[in-house]
Amino acid sequence: MKRVYVNEKWCLGCHLCEYNCAYANVGGINMYLSLKDKKISPNVRIEEKDNITYAVACRHCSDPICLKSCIAGAISQEDGVIKINKDKCVGCHTCILVCPYGVLHLTDNGVMQKCELCTNNGSKTPACVKGCPNNAIVFMEK
Amino acid sequence: MNYVIIGNSVCGIATVEGIRKLDKKGKITLIGNEKYKAYSRPLISYLIEGKTDLNKINYRSDEFYEENKVHTVFGKKVVKIDNDEKKVVLDNGKEIFFDKLMVATGSKPFIPPIAGYETVKNKTSFMTIDDAKYLMEHIDISKNVLIMGAGLIGLKCAECLLGKVKFISVVDLADRVLPSILKKEEAKSVQDVLEEKGVKFYLENSVASFEKNVAFLKDEQVLPFDILVTAVGVRPNVELVKEIGGVVNRGIVINDKCETSLKDIYAGGDCAETFDISFGDKRVLAILPNAYLEGETAGENMAGGNKTFDNAIPMNSIGFFGFHIISAGTYDGEKIAIEEDGNKRIFYVKDDLLKGYMLIGKVDKAGIYTSLIRNKTKLSTIDFNAIIKEPSLICFDKKRRDEILTN
Repeated sequence: MKRVYVNEKWCLGCHLCEYNCAYANVGGINMYLSLKDKKISPNVRIEEKDNITYAVACRHCSDPICLKSCIAGAISQEDGVIKINKDKCVGCHTCILVCPYGVLHLTDNGVMQKCELCTNNGSKTPACVKGCPNNAIVFMEK
Repeated sequence: MNYVIIGNSVCGIATVEGIRKLDKKGKITLIGNEKYKAYSRPLISYLIEGKTDLNKINYRSDEFYEENKVHTVFGKKVVKIDNDEKKVVLDNGKEIFFDKLMVATGSKPFIPPIAGYETVKNKTSFMTIDDAKYLMEHIDISKNVLIMGAGLIGLKCAECLLGKVKFISVVDLADRVLPSILKKEEAKSVQDVLEEKGVKFYLENSVASFEKNVAFLKDEQVLPFDILVTAVGVRPNVELVKEIGGVVNRGIVINDKCETSLKDIYAGGDCAETFDISFGDKRVLAILPNAYLEGETAGENMAGGNKTFDNAIPMNSIGFFGFHIISAGTYDGEKIAIEEDGNKRIFYVKDDLLKGYMLIGKVDKAGIYTSLIRNKTKLSTIDFNAIIKEPSLICFDKKRRDEILTN
């Protein structure tokens, strides 16, 4: 399957992936109106220290511990993409307890959100990849 | 191949999924003693709260059994395994034959022997959907509820009943709440959250006797109540395997392939004992992720695979009114405590390994810590001082990060 891969060597630390992700998931007429002065909650997040920066999002593991640990049966895998059913999720945080990469986040509604490779918002290429100015995030089959 | 699975909860379902990875055709019979499709038992408190419903609480889709070609026998109990004849016997006398058998019988609530318990009117455990339905039928805003047990189950019960009943009292022998996952100091902050909402605790105390719906406590306090919830712990259902000579300690003894000591019989989940790598010995790890991972392992091996599950640890996530607690591993070794803005992080380090941790309040990215325990990561190979302040992949070296992000 196609996955998102990150090459920290090319990451500028510009945080555009976070904004593109947040915008793709909230929608709206334009990014300015949708995100200006709002606290964004993207599914891809930049980690940085000293001169190192890189983006982290769900790895869509072939052996997904989040799916196997979910107490609500709210996490599933469809064509390799790990998806979360927000109707079933009760916000118990067990996925946060087990994900080795720290890529699940709590929404304001008290349920979890995660990267679904933009399969849930109509984009063909994940928005973080499309908007990365330096190809530090790529979407490909390996 | 003819597979029989006893137990229609998480471990039993995971066994189906494990078998079907390798064998799409073999006959699977799944026997459950409840009349329902598999549902998420830890969600019964959310059911009472209204955060889930009788449809959403189902663990898998409505089509699960059909899609996986599972023949289901619900509302029946297995009373005997006959491993010579390779069959199980149901409580209605029916016999079902197997080539490979999975025992995922779970656990049952422990009812402590207390004088007068039988005179109590309106009492339940808090484990099954029927227990939740019983409570929903019996509670109203005029009722006083007494909960025996301040563990994970007792406190989730208290949380979901708050605002729906008049008064909630919780009695426990331990000197703190959540004694299985928290030390005394950390337990106090959880107790405070629930006390603020009106729960009254009687700790280092117990019910000496009941006289109808009045509890007489060890310290001579007297508590009248309308409904009693017993949540003092569970006991593994080991009898079926024990009766036919399978090795059983507290739970059914299994190896890392989830095989019992009996040929062609596998076990996993709350009825079994698991080697806890953080503790260094076998113990019953009655947690949902463990039930799934053991069911899956057993299923694959029953279908001819060669899967091992060899990195089990205790781990828990629990929350009350948006206040979260995450813990994992064993509290053994040097303690490192960090407190920041009311959030607590406590780590236990030994032999260059993270053995256990607790996060109280802020729990973001906790799984990075859990993975250090499960993977037995040598702490000298990462920036441990940085990671205990903020869990992040930046604390690993570039090679490990590349393995994660570019593979």
